[in-house]
Amino acid sequence: MNDFSTSASVAEPLLVARQIKKVFGTGAGEVQVLKGIDLDLKPGELTLLMGPSGSGKTTLLSILGCILTQNSGELEIAGRNTTGMSPEEMADLRRHHIGFVFQSYNLFPTLTALENVMLALDVRDQLPADAPHRAASALNAVGLSHRINTYPSKLSGGEKQRVAIARALAGSPSVILADEPTAALDSENGQAVMALLAEVSRDTSRAVLAVTHDHRTLKYADRIIRIEDGFIVGDERPSQGEIVNHNSVGEHAAAAANGSHDHV
Amino acid sequence: MTASKDISETGGGMIAPAGNSKRLRMAPKLAYRNLFHDRLSLFVTLVGIVFSVVLLAFQSGIYLGIERTIAAVIDQTEGELWVVPIGTKSVDDPSLLPGRESYAVLSVPGVASVETLVMGFSRWRKRNGGATTVLLVGSDWTQGGFRPWNVIEGSVEELAAPKAVAVDKTYFKDLDVTGLGDPAEINGQTVTVGAVTKGIRSFTTMPYVFTTLGRAQSMLRANQEQGAYTLVKVEPDADIATVQARIQERLPDVEVLTRGEFRSRSINYWLFHTAAGSGLIAGTALALIVGIVIVAQTLYSSTKDHINEFATLRALGASSRYIIQVILLQALFSAVVGYALGMSLTLAIFAAAKGTTLNVVMTPGLALLLFLVTIGMCTIAAVSAIFKVTRIDPAGVFSR
Repeated sequence: MNDFSTSASVAEPLLVARQIKKVFGTGAGEVQVLKGIDLDLKPGELTLLMGPSGSGKTTLLSILGCILTQNSGELEIAGRNTTGMSPEEMADLRRHHIGFVFQSYNLFPTLTALENVMLALDVRDQLPADAPHRAASALNAVGLSHRINTYPSKLSGGEKQRVAIARALAGSPSVILADEPTAALDSENGQAVMALLAEVSRDTSRAVLAVTHDHRTLKYADRIIRIEDGFIVGDERPSQGEIVNHNSVGEHAAAAANGSHDHV
Repeated sequence: MTASKDISETGGGMIAPAGNSKRLRMAPKLAYRNLFHDRLSLFVTLVGIVFSVVLLAFQSGIYLGIERTIAAVIDQTEGELWVVPIGTKSVDDPSLLPGRESYAVLSVPGVASVETLVMGFSRWRKRNGGATTVLLVGSDWTQGGFRPWNVIEGSVEELAAPKAVAVDKTYFKDLDVTGLGDPAEINGQTVTVGAVTKGIRSFTTMPYVFTTLGRAQSMLRANQEQGAYTLVKVEPDADIATVQARIQERLPDVEVLTRGEFRSRSINYWLFHTAAGSGLIAGTALALIVGIVIVAQTLYSSTKDHINEFATLRALGASSRYIIQVILLQALFSAVVGYALGMSLTLAIFAAAKGTTLNVVMTPGLALLLFLVTIGMCTIAAVSAIFKVTRIDPAGVFSR
């Protein structure tokens, strides 16, 4: 990887992806889901990743989260290049640098809200003596200090997602990746969760990327990336009125074929 | 939400270094909660473990009981060496020595003293008709030799009275006696019950009957210098193996065994030259297999039920070791609870078996061994679940 310093932003990106390609299946059943994704995530930004079903959003999220490995291309997170990493090294990278927020919350039903957050701390190799306090603080930060001893089954959808956000926060990750965080929520709770993610992204040591279909969430975005048919076809910063690379899929395909890429 | 400062403080700090940290205990908690969350699965698991523990305890307890029963007479003696007829398979398969062995043994350097023990199968004629075979044991305890033990009625000294014999309470019904003074006949000679012992069982189910050396020799038609065994006490500073070799050299028509050798020979004969041993081994193996299969099945099922949670753990960055730890802890908790229940049930059954002809024994050592076996069984049972969980694709946590 030799092109990680090309970002135009002043802040160093926390996540840098270059020419990420992913193919599922083989032979006649082969499907190329990602066709050469270049992406930088910078601290202090909430980035929305949008696109139609089957465009490769979740696959990209999985690769950026070190859950899937790309067929080609390079990925660097918090200064660590993932090329050639073993599954255990990838797991190590995840637990130290990546926080996840899932569409279905993925909370542990047998653990209370506090215990769910503490579990995320426990998977780390070392824990501070004040871990319970830290977990409680994370829940307090998402407005759930009164629900810390409540089991997920007794929480509303919005509360569950806030617990999931607290869990992601508690590990002090560099990057938070959220997969359709509002998809299972009603409008009010969806707005609240997005507002929370926006707040989370204000921390200048952290970048937040959320995959979403929900256009009501656009107002919270610092940046919106559109993906279609395995290519990034749009990258805009609404607050700055900036629109970058809003090209068609066909143009991207041609660019990829010619070996020229846009870093977004 | 207006908690950005809090969020920043919560998420922004780095985790403290190892020196200032202590380990949280979430893995055991998760394992415990997963296990106890599904009560029905837990019940099935525990039934499997309890079944295995009870069966294993029974097999082991019977084995120990058999071992002690077979070796009971040997264990009550003090001689380091046994002079036995050639080809003797077991202590309770006696035949008579040629005779005069005592004198020959006493002349061997290193021998402190000798004692003659006479044993033989005899016909016990019941007072109300009918007969049964007993194993008659005669010894001279006046010189500090072998004597009946666990006497609960009468005394060993009372056996010096004419016709007196000692019988075990366990066999009252078989011998058609009810207590002290009851009459019977052994090999045509009248005897009376002069002492009652408790818990001296025979592996062959033939009751032991104890009496004096002379009376037993008379009933078994042995001469006064004949016995079934000659027990040898070796001088404290003498080498037992050397004395054994010397006696063997002096008496080539008999076998000279250490007490341990004769004990092992007796036990091995009954356990491994009859169907008893293979039955015990098969029962033990069956108990282990049943336990492993049931626990493996339920652990695997539990793991499948919680597969999304394990995938989430993996996605959160949990190492394989951490996830395996959770599974193993589930197995361990199952083992501990199952063992506690199983051992309680076993002890209750063993207590109920006291006073019967079934001799089952539980010792602290056996209890510890069974605990370790239960842990091992559950650990082996966890392999399939571990196999499943370590192959989780964490990408499954995303809705693709």
